[in-house]
This record gives sequence, C-alpha cells and structure tokens, in this order.
Amino acid sequence: MEFAEEMREFLIESNDGLAALDRDIVELEKHPTDELLIGSVFRTLHTLKGASGFFGFSILGSITHIAENLLGQVRDKQRNLTPELVSLMLSTVDVVKAVLANIEECGHEGADDYQELRDRLAEMFRSGSEAMFEAAAAEVERGTAIADEAGPVAELAASKGSLASSSTIRVDVNLLDKLMNLVGELVLAQNQIVQSGTANAVTIHGALQRLNLITRELHEGVMRARMQPIGVVWNKLPRAVRDLAAAVGKKIEVHLEGAETELDKTIIEAIKDPLMHLVRNACDHGIESCEARVAQGKSPHGTILLRAYHEGGYVNLEISDDGAGIDPQRIKSKAVQRGLVPRERAAQMSEWEALRLIFLPGLSTAEKVTPISGRGVGMDVVRTNIEKIGGAVDVTSRAGVGSTIKIKIPMTLAIIPGLAVSVHSTRNIVSGAMPDEHRFVIPQANLLELVRLEGPERRKQIDRIHEAEFYRWRGKLLPLAHLSRILGLPSCTSESDVLNIVVVKAEETAFGLVVDQIDDTQKIVVKALGKQLKELRCYAGATIMGDGKIALILDLPGVARLARIVPQAKESVDESLEPEQAAAGGWR
Amino acid sequence: MSAADAAAGNGVGIRQFATFRVADMFMGIELARVQELLRYQEMTWVPLAAPMIAGLINLRGQIVTVVDMRRILGLAPVADGEALPMNIVIHSDGGPVSILVDEICDVLDVPIEASTPIPANLPPEQREFLEGVYQLGCGLLLVIRTERILAIDGSLITP
Repeated sequence: MEFAEEMREFLIESNDGLAALDRDIVELEKHPTDELLIGSVFRTLHTLKGASGFFGFSILGSITHIAENLLGQVRDKQRNLTPELVSLMLSTVDVVKAVLANIEECGHEGADDYQELRDRLAEMFRSGSEAMFEAAAAEVERGTAIADEAGPVAELAASKGSLASSSTIRVDVNLLDKLMNLVGELVLAQNQIVQSGTANAVTIHGALQRLNLITRELHEGVMRARMQPIGVVWNKLPRAVRDLAAAVGKKIEVHLEGAETELDKTIIEAIKDPLMHLVRNACDHGIESCEARVAQGKSPHGTILLRAYHEGGYVNLEISDDGAGIDPQRIKSKAVQRGLVPRERAAQMSEWEALRLIFLPGLSTAEKVTPISGRGVGMDVVRTNIEKIGGAVDVTSRAGVGSTIKIKIPMTLAIIPGLAVSVHSTRNIVSGAMPDEHRFVIPQANLLELVRLEGPERRKQIDRIHEAEFYRWRGKLLPLAHLSRILGLPSCTSESDVLNIVVVKAEETAFGLVVDQIDDTQKIVVKALGKQLKELRCYAGATIMGDGKIALILDLPGVARLARIVPQAKESVDESLEPEQAAAGGWR
Repeated sequence: MSAADAAAGNGVGIRQFATFRVADMFMGIELARVQELLRYQEMTWVPLAAPMIAGLINLRGQIVTVVDMRRILGLAPVADGEALPMNIVIHSDGGPVSILVDEICDVLDVPIEASTPIPANLPPEQREFLEGVYQLGCGLLLVIRTERILAIDGSLITP
C-alpha cells in the first residue's frame, strides 16, 4: 500500500514536471542558448528517468534516457537546437504523457513500446555523435528486454487509479501550520466558552469576539489553500499555440503576464476549456498570415498576450491579439444573413453591440471551416460557461490593430458577495396577523444598482402598459417585476409610499426587481439544494444567514424567465444546434 | 441490512423498520435508511415548490429538504392546535432528506412472512409511495418506498 502512495506521488510530480517541460521547451526555441533553461529541462528529464528506473518502467526509462542524452549534446554545445529537434522533444513529451496516463489508468506502461520515436531519437542522437550512439543503442535494447519483466511491480501500484493529479492540491507548509494554529486557538476559545457558564457577560463577550476573529481567519486560510495560480492552465498554452501556428502556417508568439494570479481550484477547472478556445480563435481568425502582416507593415510574428490581474474581488483575464481585429459590419451582415438579428435592428446597433453579437449561438465570421475553428459553436459556449461560474465576457476590437476578449470571474465559487432582500407575505395561516418575512439573496454579480422611490415622485416615474410596469431609468424603460408576484406570494403590503427597486442584469437584459425591503450586502456560503428542488430554476442554491436561518439564493436568469422578461426558450436554442456541429465543433 | 439482521437474532426473514404515524396511518421506513430523528424545526418555505415540499431546514450547516408525508399521501395538513410534526432524516446519495411525520414511534422487528400485497382499494397516489403492507398484532404497518420519496420532483412549474 505504501508503494501505491509513492506511485501516486510519482505521477503527480511527473505531471507537474511535464507541464513545465512543455513550456520550457517552447521557450527554449526562442532562446536556444539560455543555459538556465536547458538546465531546467535537463533536470526534469533526469528526474523522470530516475523515477522510472525506480519503479521499473523501462519504456519510459529508455525514452527519457535518450532524450536526456540528446539534450546533453545541446548543453555541451555539440549541436544546435533546431526546430526539428524541438518538435522531436515535444513529441517525446507527448509520448511520456501518454505512457504516464496509461500507468495511472491501468498500472502498466501499455503495449506500445514507441519504437518509432525511439528510433527517431536515436537517429537524431547519432547524427550528433557517432561515438555515444553505441551506448544509447545498447540502452534501447536493454530497455526492450526489461519491458516484460516490469509487469508485476507495476500492477502493485494500480490500486488507486483515477486522476491523481486533478484531485490533489499542493499546499504551502507554512499555510498548513497556520491553519493548525488557528484550529488550536479555536479549541481554546471553545473551552473558554464552555467553562464560562457561570462567568459574567463581559468574559463571554470577549470569548465570542475571539471566536469570531478565529473563524474568519480560518475561513480565509482554508480558501487560500484552495487557490492555485492561473499559470497552471497557462502553462499549456505556449505549446498549444506553437502547434496551432504550425498547422495554419503562421508565426505566433505568446506572452503571459500575471501568471501568479490566484484563483480557486474549481474556477481554474471551469475556465480551462473556454480559455483554450479563445486562444485557438485568436490563432486562427485573429492573427493574419505572415504575408498579410508584412503587407500592412506589421512584424511577421503575431503576438497573443494573456494578462491576469485582480480587481475588486474579481479576477480579470484578457486575451489580446495584434491581428486584424473584428469588423463590426461583417458581424452584423452575418447575423442578419443567418436570421439571428432583424435587419432594422442591426442597422441601429452601436459598434459595441455589434461586436457582442459574436456571443450569439451559430455565428462565425470565418469564411471557411478549418479543423481548428469556424463552426460558430464556440463563443456562445464560452459565454455560457463563463456566466455559469458567475463571470462575464466582453470584447473590444480595433480594425487592423487587434482584438481583446476580457473575462471577469469571481475568485471563488463557494463564497460570493450577495445582497439580502426580503418580501413580506401572509402565507402562514397559523401565525395569523403577523406577516411572514421571506429573505432572498441576490448575487452581487447580477446587481447593477438600488433605487428607492418615495412619495408622489414614485407615481410619476412608473409607467404602465396594461399589466406591465416600467421605470424610467436613465432614458430607458426598465421593465419591473415584483418578486412577491413572481414567486406567487400573496403580498400583504398595501400600496405603501416607498418602492424599493433592485436593478439587476440577467443574460444581458436589465430589469428592476421590486422587493419590500433591502437589507445589506454580505458574503454568503453557497450551498446546493437537494435534487428534489433542482428543477426550480429560479433558485441558484441556498445559504445560511447569520441567525442560522436559511435564505434562498435567486437565480436571476431563472427569475427573469419566470417574469417573462427574457424569452422562455433558451434551452431549445441550445438544443437546436446540429448534433454534428456540437460534436465536432471547435470547442473542447 | 446485514448488521440489522444480525442484531435481530437468527437473522433470517426479519426486517427492521422505524415506525411513525401520519394521520391515522401506522407507517414504517427501512431502519438502515434513517440517519437521525429530529423534533420540529423551523422551516424556510420554498416559494413555487410543490405542496409536498414543506421547506428547508438547517441541519448543522447542511441544507436539508423536508417533504411533508401528509401531502405526499394526499391527506389534509395538520390542523391548528395539533402537536407539531417531527422529522425523520434519511440519507441518500444526493444528501440527506427529511420526512415530516405526525409522531415518531418505535423500531420494530417484523417477520417477512407478515408481508402482504398492497390492498387494491388504496388510492393510487398512496399505493405509489408504498412498498408493502405488514400484518402485525397491533394493526397494519404500511412501509414506504424510500426511493420513490427521494425521487419526488418538487417543482410546481418549470420556467
């Protein structure tokens, strides 16, 4: 069993090492003489080789051994780092990844011994040094010979199979120590409270205050332990871009800024695919071909810049390219042509509104469908996925200069800021005259502003068209919805003089939610509802308030749909995508 | 079940039920499914949920859906002045769920031979939620189908 634990560690460390290897090798291509970088790649390979030998993985061992020798020649200046060599190195990394995945899944290296790759490596190596080839070739032979004996040892390790790397997290020991200290203090505070049964109020108050402080610090500490730098995802991008650029015959460089920006692990997982899609888009439609760039007086190398930074409890991610930009006119005509937007509506659109059309399902401006993108299933999926985690996507673009996609996501999912509101009703027959107060939480991400109308002023600013009410809000008509009516609560507040409007945004539509009382904003812990209530789309979950009572968290898109402010048939649009498009689409 | 069987002695043909009362019905639920019993808890009502959903309770920081057994069986709600209902919390893959019943009774060991098919003249909406009927000395024990209770769709309307 102990052996299995070590094997797990080996897999995690190897996967970490490989992610870095990808990035380092691509970096190495740009700076072929950077000795530090060569050293780092060399060390990673060497560690991998050592560990493979220890566990008896002979295929892995022999592959990494030749690759290491090859790199040794580069380090000793016996050969130059050619693009072919870099490609070979990268495919070596791929093979090592495949073998590791096999080990993780079934406990052995698999049937394929990757003779072809080893031959290519040996060939490359021989061209560098005839003398050292003999040793390497012997190594290859020995590797194959041992391959069969490795079976039983490896099987031992197969007990714990699944996805060791994505279900574990590395935590700073200092942080762990701090958490342990806090738990110690928590126990002390608890003792203090337990023993203070007879003590006076002041002592208890002091103990409670301490408890309050400890809990908050503990909470922050635990959240910190879940944080990971965004670099974990970004590490994969330079390699992906290199491959993509080669596939479409362009020259593209990737720059990363703020790779140390931290995000909750669940969010990192959630943005992985959308991010990859956006980068792919930038490579494929953003950056022009070398000739086109030179013709416009730009450098033949396109640049993709990824930036991450914190801003007010959110993390901003920007993906910019210095390509051709997006032409709003073309987007408009495409949208009209596909029947997504009426012609007259398109004519009135501002440039910004037109650019945002790229997030509509079924819109792609690429003239031809390439294996990389252009099927028009991408951007709306990106938007849906980002919004699912409480984020927002925006796009800016300047013709000929480039375009930028900006993603704003919360740092963590489990705890979000929210506004507590209440409505009063007389549902409870038992309690009679006293009206019930129902509390709900509106996620801050949906919140635009709060409006309070008092006295006769109120009448003037509310307009009615039949049943529907509107509030004149900055020159626009803001549809109003009464939360109590949407939720079917018999409202008991008589026509009072005060009207509280929470202006919210759901699926790009702003509307006013009328509530009886606005409480305060607070950080809330989101808890899921039982599966019996999953079908109720108007709630995103529930939370426990300071007084121990439960408040439901409103799902604003669901509420807007109930109030008939946004169209009902969102789901059916998604399903109407052709299945083959969905399956083969550029996304994922 | 195996632990329950062993506790019941010779272990063959005995089932253990946590029994409770709903209106004038004597009912039981597989003991192994029961997580804990709770007195009446203040509930948060869920607007737009089906009447079967009594509300949500805070069980040591966990949010638990409470289903009302009276409503499930199509019975009238508890009248004013009657004793407050109690919670039987059962565990499921999707987290705990609480069943609101009038009164919690004993744990009973029941021989399997006492089982009879559900009488045909019970209303279909009640039959749906029952697994079987056991003839006991003290009357008829109606055993509920836990899986069916867990599978309740509590939404009244789907937006």
